[in-house]
Amino acid sequence: MGVNVPRTLAVIAVCAVCTLLERALPFLIFRGREVPKVVKNLGAALPAAIITTLIVYCLRSYAASAAIIPQLIACAVTVVLHLWRRNSFLSIFGGTAVCMLLTQFVF
Amino acid sequence: MQPGTPSLLMKQAFLYSLKKSLPVLVSFIPVGLAYGILMQTSGYNWIWTAGTCVSVFAGSLQFLMVSFFAGGVSLLTVAAMALLLNSRHIFYGIPFIEKWRGYGPWKYFLIHALPDETFSLHIANDFDDGNERHKKYTYVFSAALVFLYWTISSVAGALIGRLIRFNTEGIDFALTALFIVILLEQLRGRDARIPALIALCSSLTCLVLLGPDRFILPSLMVTVALLLVLQQRRKEA
Repeated sequence: MGVNVPRTLAVIAVCAVCTLLERALPFLIFRGREVPKVVKNLGAALPAAIITTLIVYCLRSYAASAAIIPQLIACAVTVVLHLWRRNSFLSIFGGTAVCMLLTQFVF
Repeated sequence: MQPGTPSLLMKQAFLYSLKKSLPVLVSFIPVGLAYGILMQTSGYNWIWTAGTCVSVFAGSLQFLMVSFFAGGVSLLTVAAMALLLNSRHIFYGIPFIEKWRGYGPWKYFLIHALPDETFSLHIANDFDDGNERHKKYTYVFSAALVFLYWTISSVAGALIGRLIRFNTEGIDFALTALFIVILLEQLRGRDARIPALIALCSSLTCLVLLGPDRFILPSLMVTVALLLVLQQRRKEA
């Protein structure tokens, strides 16, 4: 298969610049000036809000089918393990192991 | 070595970041391998794979880009698709605008290396050796490690991906589990509970109404609007 080098480089450059622009946007807007209180407060509230949204985002493609069941069981295992021992490694790898076992051998 | 010397601090910061970022490495293995294999079968060798990982550093966009390489879509359309696909990233810098001031050139690296995975590690960063400025090293090490994990797993996919027969189905749950653990830690602070609840309602509603491919930006916009309204009402009360 032939590789169109100029075209490929152009696509990579466009995607790199667009991604960087989005990530830099808040820093560009408040560059060299005081961050307004409303934005500071938003910055304090956003981490929990975004991480919650990302969990839903991770599960989005399973939501409409039976494949959601092992995912939700693995989520529950992760939560229970974490509330029980509060050991991040145990919670994360325990939940992942359950998810792998369920998707590969049960569902 | 004396405690508090720069090299000891570096070692502490590195080990902290390594430990916290390992779940990301696990979750990247299948995705990185798949990306490297896709690039390879599309005619792009590992150098291209490494180049896109280093310059773009955005998983889902890199997969989409492969379909743009061959042509048929204008660069303007490519730009629009790229902006839309990762639009959620415009919110990721907000908690760090002030924290990262004074980080010098490292700030630019931290901004470049800010996908979902590093954002989540950064908000969970609780490195504390009594000097707030030392947190800088853990931010930089975490971002650099995630950057390396992504590049190395993708290059491995390009070089040896088709030799690997290990069934990794379900292993990507490591990322979901990492997010869940970070959320649980956040929820220990009372102030995080209402924002999390608002985001849960907003994202589930948007997912049901708009479907899996286009719910996340509207959902985050609704969440931000509600958080602003809530802030306003608290001020008035």
